[in-house]
Amino acid sequence: MRPRIIPVLLLDSRRRLVKTRHFGDEVYVGDPFNVIRIFNEKEVDEICVLDINASIEGRRPDAGFISELASECFMPLSYGGGVRSVADATPIFAVGVEKIVLGRAGADAVAVRALADSFGSQAVAVCIDCRRINNDWRVALDRGRAVTDVDPVTRASAVEQAGAGEIILQNVDRDGERRGYDAELISSVSAAVDVPVVALGGAGELSHLEDGLRAGASAVASGSVFVFIGRLRAVLITYPSQPDIVALLEQVGAS
Amino acid sequence: MITIVNYGVGNPGALVNMFEFIGYDARITDQAEPILDASHLILPGVGAFDAAMQRLKNSRLIPSLEKAIFDRKIPLLGVCLGMQLLGRRSEEGVTEGLGWIAADTVRMRPDPASRLKVPFMGWAYVQRTPAARLFDAGVESRFYFTHSYQMRCEDQADVAGTYKFDEPVDCAVQHNNIYGVQFHPEKSHRYGMRLLRNFVEKSR
Repeated sequence: MRPRIIPVLLLDSRRRLVKTRHFGDEVYVGDPFNVIRIFNEKEVDEICVLDINASIEGRRPDAGFISELASECFMPLSYGGGVRSVADATPIFAVGVEKIVLGRAGADAVAVRALADSFGSQAVAVCIDCRRINNDWRVALDRGRAVTDVDPVTRASAVEQAGAGEIILQNVDRDGERRGYDAELISSVSAAVDVPVVALGGAGELSHLEDGLRAGASAVASGSVFVFIGRLRAVLITYPSQPDIVALLEQVGAS
Repeated sequence: MITIVNYGVGNPGALVNMFEFIGYDARITDQAEPILDASHLILPGVGAFDAAMQRLKNSRLIPSLEKAIFDRKIPLLGVCLGMQLLGRRSEEGVTEGLGWIAADTVRMRPDPASRLKVPFMGWAYVQRTPAARLFDAGVESRFYFTHSYQMRCEDQADVAGTYKFDEPVDCAVQHNNIYGVQFHPEKSHRYGMRLLRNFVEKSR
């Protein structure tokens, strides 16, 4: 067993891959099919594709398009964006997606329960967007704009209770900053739940991934680490080599 | 031809793609006829045990599968939940399994001190047993898992591979021409390709 290192790819409304900073400031990083093929060659642990505007624009997942993506993936694929119900999710699983990622629908315990009962907890991940407001962590909705008064630990416990098999803990404030995860956020949520917690938001280099695992995450995810190189955010699709991964995991005693 | 049983559960598309990638034709069917004249059968599956078993029953394909496996000796590979369905029962539900392998599926309950999380989602190295036909000796075997329940074989001779969770987990089974893997070969890069190739070439 080894902790997973997961590239997160963001789709814009035109199905181009972009990378954001603080959920805005989109930079074009490439065509999804090309990028997935590169990640196949690099034997990536798992890949997460999120349609970041689906909920806002009221779009439902397009099974035809997702099927094409899944066909290209010889690695596990999770997909998020506009998935709210068993009816939305059924065609996504049918085309070979391992996991759905719930954003807005993750706050709806009834929906999470229905999805977990139909497809199993291991197939249902909930992404919790977090922002730090006056020294307190709060859950945010609608691409980080609407801050609720719920704290991430409470929300994480609730979604675990509802049947989610994984929690993607996304730090909105650090999105695209590339200066590291917030270890305190990761450790507080990881300690509170029994399901795997995936750290997302802030990593910019391999040592940050190491820090995320040390803080208690079961897996570490990033957009920036795998699509950018250098201070000027030049686009380069990369993934650590197997020896580099083994060395990294040895550092955190997780290999 | 390699035939993937589609009973409305699981991901036949991904398996077809990987078979094509390694140079074999594969088809998806929900009919009896292609099952009976298949060269190899794949039983995929994701989700909850009862829901999947119920769907398989409703598909009315079980008698054809039994005829294919027991009379015609066609090799069958159960994948993920498809492996668990091969057993007698699962703690996840109340519906009886296919009962083709003397095994029961139980919830994974790691010692809390181990800090291991359930469901286990991730990659693990599989230790093959000496008689295992699906794995090559002396070759790294690393696969992607995602599960909360684990199969336990009554007869150790049916175990083809294990991986270490807090205890060794039976993650590959082999009983005559019936095979099963808990992991997802179709999502395990070249390791999965090798396993599927072994199933095609060495399972008979």
